[in-house]
Amino acid sequence: MADLYTVNKSPFEKNSLEDAIRFSSEGASILLIEDGVYGAMAGTAVSDLVAGATGRKFYALRADLKARGIAEDRLIDGVELVDYAGFVDLVVNHDKVQAWL
Amino acid sequence: MSDVKKFMYLNRRAPYGTIYAWESLEVVLIGAAFDQEVSLMFVDDGVFQLVKGSDTSESDMKNFTPTYRTLGDYGVRHMYVDKASLEARGLTQDDLIEVAWEDWETEEEVDNIVEILDSKEIAKKLEESDVVFSF
Amino acid sequence: MKLAVQVNEGPYQHQATDSAYHFTKAALEKGHEVFRVFFYHDGVLNGTRLTTPPQDDRNIVNRWVELAEKYDLDLVLCVAAAQRRGIVDDGEAERNGKDATNIAPKFRISGLGQLIEAAIQCDRLVVFGD
Repeated sequence: MADLYTVNKSPFEKNSLEDAIRFSSEGASILLIEDGVYGAMAGTAVSDLVAGATGRKFYALRADLKARGIAEDRLIDGVELVDYAGFVDLVVNHDKVQAWL
Repeated sequence: MSDVKKFMYLNRRAPYGTIYAWESLEVVLIGAAFDQEVSLMFVDDGVFQLVKGSDTSESDMKNFTPTYRTLGDYGVRHMYVDKASLEARGLTQDDLIEVAWEDWETEEEVDNIVEILDSKEIAKKLEESDVVFSF
Repeated sequence: MKLAVQVNEGPYQHQATDSAYHFTKAALEKGHEVFRVFFYHDGVLNGTRLTTPPQDDRNIVNRWVELAEKYDLDLVLCVAAAQRRGIVDDGEAERNGKDATNIAPKFRISGLGQLIEAAIQCDRLVVFGD
């Protein structure tokens, strides 16, 4: 197993997503919640962060994407959507959770 | 559960601008009573928490910088600093306070437990921890 | 699995407490044990019963209370953080000579040791903050 990293900041505001990638190893999972979901959008100035982070699995919280009007067809390929129950499953199925606020 | 857990306190905010650094430190101080294996990590603006020479006399704020120097007495064994964050802020280890540590039973002593690590080493320390507290 | 939740932000100002609530509720509904929700920093503001949000918005405080009633959830406000921010129960009012209390039902005020204990006892600690 590996760790789950949660990121709740827009990558345009703070470097939390960059940190989560930099301080994780291959096999880690990164869950984008709250303003963190902006990091899941394709075609932005920071999309390469996620697209280029090989060996990390990215998830985004569906409720937070929907609240912000981000359609699923705007997302970076490979980002998986979860609901809160899926969030709980991710927590349970990883060694621990690191919150990158 | 009687096993000792590895606690990691992840500090990414500057002191004084917000209360996070100070209230995070309060958790570390209280947590000392629980005899866990405690490490602190300083990343991003968190590295500013360890900068020497803080003087809050004109700002009327509680100066908690000296408290970091006592952390060795509170059972903190490691204080790790992200090299890239430090360099990005124009700082070196000389700018940071020193924190001594001593094991009262074995008389093992360490002059300074503040240690600068690169990204890979930090990732490893975080992964080896059992619990990560973020503030 | 045994989970602990830490909430670092107050209601309405930041989504952290909403995320924490929905996460906690989902965990309980899936049959996990949530050993404790620990409110720290401005998170202690989740525990005042005097909150009066507009009628067309969610009532964040009541939502926690209802969840606690349904699942016998342990909602703990850090005493040091609560004292700074004026969240008061009977004990604190007496100790500090305050003329009122404002703690919401099902919440209790206790020390930071409760956070440490939760981290030791639980399989996972999940932190929600700014």
